[in-house]
Amino acid sequence: MDITTADRQPKNRVALTINGDRHDLEIHPWVTLLDLLRGPMQLSGTKKGCDHGQCGACTVLIDGERMNSCLKFAVTLDGAEITTIEGLGRPENMHPMQKAFVEHDAYQCGYCTPGQICSAVGLLKEGKAGTREEIREMMSGNLCRCGAYVNIADAIEDVMGQEARCGIREAAE
Amino acid sequence: MLNEKNIFGFPLPRIDGPLKTTGTAPYAAEYHDPGMLFGHAFYATIASGRIVSIDTAKAEAYPGVVKVYTHKNRPDTASSDDAWKDEVAVPGHPLRPLENDRILYDGQPIALVIAESFEAARDAADLIQVAYEADEPHTNIEVEKAKSYVPPEARKEAFLPTDPRGDAEGAYEAAPFKIDAEYVQEGEHHNPMELFGTTVIRGEDGYLTVHDKTQGSQNSHDYVCGIFKLKPETVRVVNAYVGGAFGSGLRPKHQLFFAVMASLDLKRSVRVEMSRREMFYLTWRPATVQRMQVAADAEGRLMSVRHHAVQATSLYEDYQENVVNWSGLAYKCDNVKLSYELAKTTLSTPGDMRAPGAATGFLALESAIDELAYKVGMDPLEFRVKNFVTYDQNDDLKLTSKALDACYREGAKRFGWSKRSQEPGSMRDGHDLVGWGTATGVWEATLSPAEAKVRLFPDGKITVMAAASDIGTGTYTILAQIAAQNLGQTADRVSVLIGDSTMPKTAVEGGSWTAASSGSAVQAGCLEVKKTLLSLAQKMENSPLAGAEVEDLAIRDNRLVLDKNDQMGLAIADILGSNGMSSVEGHGKIAPDEEQAKEWVSYTHSAIFVEVKIDAELGVPRVTKIVSAIAAGKIINPKTARSQILGGVVMGLGMAMQEEGMIDHRTGRIMNHNLAEYHIPAHADVQDIEVIFVEEEDDKASPIGVKGLGEIGIVGVGAAVANAIFHATGTRHRHFPITIDKIMEGLPAR
Repeated sequence: MDITTADRQPKNRVALTINGDRHDLEIHPWVTLLDLLRGPMQLSGTKKGCDHGQCGACTVLIDGERMNSCLKFAVTLDGAEITTIEGLGRPENMHPMQKAFVEHDAYQCGYCTPGQICSAVGLLKEGKAGTREEIREMMSGNLCRCGAYVNIADAIEDVMGQEARCGIREAAE
Repeated sequence: MLNEKNIFGFPLPRIDGPLKTTGTAPYAAEYHDPGMLFGHAFYATIASGRIVSIDTAKAEAYPGVVKVYTHKNRPDTASSDDAWKDEVAVPGHPLRPLENDRILYDGQPIALVIAESFEAARDAADLIQVAYEADEPHTNIEVEKAKSYVPPEARKEAFLPTDPRGDAEGAYEAAPFKIDAEYVQEGEHHNPMELFGTTVIRGEDGYLTVHDKTQGSQNSHDYVCGIFKLKPETVRVVNAYVGGAFGSGLRPKHQLFFAVMASLDLKRSVRVEMSRREMFYLTWRPATVQRMQVAADAEGRLMSVRHHAVQATSLYEDYQENVVNWSGLAYKCDNVKLSYELAKTTLSTPGDMRAPGAATGFLALESAIDELAYKVGMDPLEFRVKNFVTYDQNDDLKLTSKALDACYREGAKRFGWSKRSQEPGSMRDGHDLVGWGTATGVWEATLSPAEAKVRLFPDGKITVMAAASDIGTGTYTILAQIAAQNLGQTADRVSVLIGDSTMPKTAVEGGSWTAASSGSAVQAGCLEVKKTLLSLAQKMENSPLAGAEVEDLAIRDNRLVLDKNDQMGLAIADILGSNGMSSVEGHGKIAPDEEQAKEWVSYTHSAIFVEVKIDAELGVPRVTKIVSAIAAGKIINPKTARSQILGGVVMGLGMAMQEEGMIDHRTGRIMNHNLAEYHIPAHADVQDIEVIFVEEEDDKASPIGVKGLGEIGIVGVGAAVANAIFHATGTRHRHFPITIDKIMEGLPAR
């Protein structure tokens, strides 16, 4: 294919559920989920930090699993449920992880923060991290240049503790 | 319980937190406008030379492309260097993107593609073809230092090396213990997580609202107006949220130029965002070679300090830092000689990166001091305490405060320093070698001229306005706290409007001066509010405040009252209502006190304690414990203050062990221009860090008693890590970063 005619290639149809809303879209095959979210969808809470899967700023939840949205072509996600930072909670109704980030000052400039939070929510769902050491290891795909790592670990541990307590209560009931 | 009495010192969560944690806070490249165009830069792939030909035909033919700009068709701009010099410019000729066919460094932008979509602009840029005539690159500081020179024009008077004092050579020769060593530091790249980006929204009347990633909206505003000859009132620059900068956003970047140029030329809204790769082709912490010659007597008194530094700069500008003057003021020493030179390289102009100069200078000074303590046979902390100095010996000035002794004491106690054994390699934890190192840090505490407007409404709501920036530093939050404290309200009553060039004049956000400067301006604005209220109240009949002075007043429960008898007072609503006003505004202005500066100077200080554990066979280093004890005057918000220090320490860890712009010196090109190969600390690299703020009263550093925290956290960290690695392994590493391969080579024989 001659690259200069690439833009004339037909667009692909894809249905995505983003933060609970279904969208039927026609997009070029080379558009990443990240660029789709930040551009046409105007969901710029998902951040672009490297576009190469190296920084984690673009982390979203795809069918509940944390993913670098810059590494996913949107056309490959037909039928997927995508949750972005906007879908986790709003300023007046924050997700427990968002609240914990505010409480523990687990950010400074705020740019890697949506990715950290989505990654942390995905991490807890995976249920693999039991210790602070494991949190650090399994969060290492999310870089923070402001160096808020200590506070991010605190925030995640806090929410992990809340969930564990809820789990115990539920089991008792 | 939070009330107006204790807002200073209260760990208030950031007021912009709910916006940042929900993805609601918009950054520069996140503003939308229907019909907006997208730009993508194309950059040079040689380090030095000229463009022989540049073929843009294929790119122009690519579907969706609107225009391709090169040096051949760039619109006219201002011709004098003065117009191109921004508020933070350095001596030389500032880069003018697409000026001509000259290539001055690898990655220099040489074309801009503007298209209807981001993807089209990016893909079309790949179709540009260039033929170059390449010159020899010069990028290795260890080679280029042979041609070093004293910069003919100083960037700042204060950056010039202090005059020699005493007889540094003679004292060195006569002293029984001495160190003569060279320290090399590779270049670093800031890499804030947000990519540099600018969105220009063009109004129907041609008015430009420019959302720019910058540390100073007014700096970007004045730069754009100067080079494009625009009327100041036709442009507004906004930097409401800045995704980190660390100094890289002090000077305007080429994406700002490109976005405004294309918007003016095409009469459309335009966004230009950099790629991560491009972030390596601009402002960087320069590679530096430092020679330290230090000597002590048998009692551990510092007898002589000589410090010579050579830093890399570009072909077109003489960027300079204060690297060496710290060595004349950190310790008591009567024989000092300091010198500083530059070396030209075919790299982009370096720029300020967190604690510019100090982070570099203390790397060498605090390594050498540690080496000297070992020569004398003294505990390295004891050696530092022994050479404590109570004034600024460089300029013979008094210090407004210096609680560094408390940092040493409290930091050492918390760390458990007294359990340290002096002998290198003597401490172990199972298979690991354990090393404990320490270092001192100093940064200047300065004020820059600043203004702020404060408006108080009858219901107690407050609006604070200033062109200050919050680059993650917590400016929004502390300005709210300062206004609330001064006007007797809670911080949730305060709206802070910053990051906007139309707001009251503020310098760029840098140098750790924002809290002290803008904070004091807000306090001054609050005082003006109270003064106006008082004069209005005193005009009222039978005023209970007749005869009162503004110093006697407080605001409680939305009433202006006598502080000592709050039964005496008037409701603010009544004061304003009876004068037909709906609010009252105060305009605060502050500037450094030049009279005071003749006698006094202010610094922040720190003591850092680091534990490293190193795998005895593989050399894998882990920094397992850090205590950073800080003396920085009044702490307005311990939560955001602690975060500033944590951030500095983490970046210091990167400086010590990871960060290194790798250049292929044969081609002069940067090899690791991405976050997979340029390593910065990640979660797993950072274990627990303890921050201590020691008590320090200071009534001179700034009107609000604040000294600033943005830089001090990083200063000394690199040396403390190096000293800990020495203590663990017995090997001195003088080439930074100290990566695992270097540690492995220096492991003790088994």
